[in-house]
Amino acid sequence: MELIKLSGILIVIIGFALKLDSILIILIAAIVTALVGDLGVVGLLETLGTSFISNRNMAIFILIMLVTGTLERNGLKHAAAELIGRIKNASAGAVIGAYGIMRGLFAAFNVSFGGVAGFVRPIVMPMASGAIEARGHEPNEEHVEQLKGMASGMENIAWFFWQVLFVGGSGALLVKSTLETLGYSVELIHLAKVEIPVAIFALGVGTVYYFLKDRKLYKKYYGNKKENRAAK
Amino acid sequence: MSYFTSPDITLGAKLLEIIYLVMGAITLYTGIKNATDKENPSQIGTGVFWCSLGIVLAFGRFIPPVVNGGLIVLMTIPAIFKRVKIGRIEDVPEESIKRMSEKIGMKIFAPALAIGISAIIFAIFLPSLGAVVGVGAGIIISILILMILSKENKPIVFLKDSERLLSTVGPLSMLPMLLASLGAVFTEAGVGGVIANLVGRVVPKGNVILGIIIFAVGMALFTMIMGNAFAAITVMTVGIGAPFALQYGADPAVVGMLALTCGFCGTLCTPMAANFNIVPVAMLDMKDRMGVIKNQLLPAVLILSFQIIYMIFVSI
Repeated sequence: MELIKLSGILIVIIGFALKLDSILIILIAAIVTALVGDLGVVGLLETLGTSFISNRNMAIFILIMLVTGTLERNGLKHAAAELIGRIKNASAGAVIGAYGIMRGLFAAFNVSFGGVAGFVRPIVMPMASGAIEARGHEPNEEHVEQLKGMASGMENIAWFFWQVLFVGGSGALLVKSTLETLGYSVELIHLAKVEIPVAIFALGVGTVYYFLKDRKLYKKYYGNKKENRAAK
Repeated sequence: MSYFTSPDITLGAKLLEIIYLVMGAITLYTGIKNATDKENPSQIGTGVFWCSLGIVLAFGRFIPPVVNGGLIVLMTIPAIFKRVKIGRIEDVPEESIKRMSEKIGMKIFAPALAIGISAIIFAIFLPSLGAVVGVGAGIIISILILMILSKENKPIVFLKDSERLLSTVGPLSMLPMLLASLGAVFTEAGVGGVIANLVGRVVPKGNVILGIIIFAVGMALFTMIMGNAFAAITVMTVGIGAPFALQYGADPAVVGMLALTCGFCGTLCTPMAANFNIVPVAMLDMKDRMGVIKNQLLPAVLILSFQIIYMIFVSI
């Protein structure tokens, strides 16, 4: 019964899908896999210990925290708000796109401004609504609802696909260690380099899609300027 | 001490070990601070978690693997029983941030970007030391700039701020490392071979294009079910990526790494990734619970397709 060796994988899939405690899932999956795979308790502890020690570089985020908190304390978010605030006369979709570009470029250096709670809600959304008001319209509720979804989408897309460009990020470190246990040796800088086309494509798709979608919604809710004139 | 004076060990390895000692020291400080913090609702659990992690990080190199493994299991126990808590946290007053921001302004980006820039420079020009040592050097540079920018940034401020952040992110920050270790256990137990046999009955081996497509789409689907690409990547690389794509000549760096970002495409499409797709709905007072996901579906499909084409293009 070779199949029993897969019970660990089944535990991980079901456990995560049922939203059980992540660390509990991992521990149980490791114990079960070790037992059915004839590693025994000592083998399990040895494998865990050896692997954890060779993956200590993944804990580099602890060292980075030495400055993250102090950067916040010294006004990083305010500076970012001022930077994006320089955009004038843009549509709501363009504001969201500009945020995506800024978010992506800084994500490549592992710098964050607070995500949806810390930045999109207090800074990007007021700017997007302000962009509609600047054109003399009362923001339509349905339109703003869509803009919220787009701004969150932009946040996720820019962060996901640009943080992998940071050399020393945990994603690439996890891939490197997984590949190494399988006998493939790769360099972190190379893993970052191969993601560059993906990052550019992802950000391009996100910005263009949200820009066009906002333009379409703008016409739908506030009418086209030309049409207005023709109506007069 | 002999480790650091031995001529057989490279400078890069010695510097890394120093970085781990500092990391371990921060973690031990977090453990001891919380263990002695009367305001922490779980002094013992929190202390055990961070202290055992700190010992493994700082001194793991010099401890037998079995003992390290034992310490890791010990570390997970308070985490599983939700006994790792946050103690007394000094909030930074908004006025003080504003005052600092007026004083420092855009110059704050210099220390913020220093770490990433240093990592790239080390990775390209000093490959024998490596990117992680570059991150360490970047942090030193960043700290120095921050100290020059304001006299209020004393060494103790950095230590206290890192403790505050580490306590806030809590045990879940260990997820990537634990998942990597689980991957090692899977490999050690021969899980990859079993999956390869299984999938091999359905899918013809040796077709690298088919292997890549299954790996990429599988990553996205698995991530949608599990809600976490990091959890999916170890399982999928061992079970599908290696036996069906890498073994037949797919580029390990491109296919191995892009599999993770294929997983991110799955993250964009699933309510299981609540942090990214459901929590923002609440934070932004949206009416449609799926409002974020609906705005991400089309980009996710396009980005996934682009990556599949890219991987095939590089591998054939």
